[in-house]
Amino acid sequence: MAYSEKVIDHYENPRNVGKMDAADHSVGTGMVGAPACGDVMRLQIKVSDTGVIEDAKFKTYGCGSAIASSSLVTEWVKGMTLDQAAELKNTQIADELALPPVKIHCSVLAEDAIKAAVADYKQKQGK
Amino acid sequence: MDIKQNFFEFYGLPEVFDIDLGLLSQRHLELQKKLHPDRFAHLSDQERRLSAQYTAYLNEGYATLRASLLRAQYLLKLQGIDTHNESSAPMDPVFLMQQMELRERLEDAPQHADPESELAALDKDVEQMMAPLQAEFCSQITIPAEASLHAAAAAVRKMQFLDKLRREIERLEDDLY
Repeated sequence: MAYSEKVIDHYENPRNVGKMDAADHSVGTGMVGAPACGDVMRLQIKVSDTGVIEDAKFKTYGCGSAIASSSLVTEWVKGMTLDQAAELKNTQIADELALPPVKIHCSVLAEDAIKAAVADYKQKQGK
Repeated sequence: MDIKQNFFEFYGLPEVFDIDLGLLSQRHLELQKKLHPDRFAHLSDQERRLSAQYTAYLNEGYATLRASLLRAQYLLKLQGIDTHNESSAPMDPVFLMQQMELRERLEDAPQHADPESELAALDKDVEQMMAPLQAEFCSQITIPAEASLHAAAAAVRKMQFLDKLRREIERLEDDLY
């Protein structure tokens, strides 16, 4: 299958790959997986006292589209408020990366991951 | 023979997870003989097409019933659940965390002092995680209740992750040796 240039760029030069301390109170961790293809994705955000996402990291074991989707999301969410990040839609990711219909689920996975990370952070803060 | 039958019926086997694999192979050979193209050489185009259709169904059925994961997925499909094609399903975070760790271990394996035994150990761990899931599936799928069906599907989804991991282990083994 032909990947778009943007997917290849993110796949070859993934942004923000890494791991944060999941026990840190300012860190929110989102773990998601797609049973159909066996892909697993971890997306983490570091949030400032004012509720702004300062940093984001991800690690994805999956196809190029899944890696590109999560890499893109970590770029996008930096500087966003939690609410803005939680409102990210998979369609925005799919459009940006020009994902073909069979790879739309990869963008869904990335949307689920950022939502899970925000939810995890909020739960930690008791909000 | 009737391709409107499901694979279990087609092979004359009970619709269960724990099938007799020896019997499956034996039936497969018998059916293959019955469907051998040479026996249809004198028949009309239409009848030969039909025999080719049967052979395709036979081969798909054999591949499906022989592999444990495919067989489990097929049993669920017969109950209306398609875990193979669903786009997303919420998974237990603890399980996902564990999957992430196993994938990290696999990623680090080439740098391991003894990659070969590390991969073998990983493969064994996957096998040990697979066994209880198969047992869980096996017992849940026989209970005719909605909750049991969902528990059976949950076990298969986990098996799908492990199956992917196993294929990744094999791929790395091929790359390394």
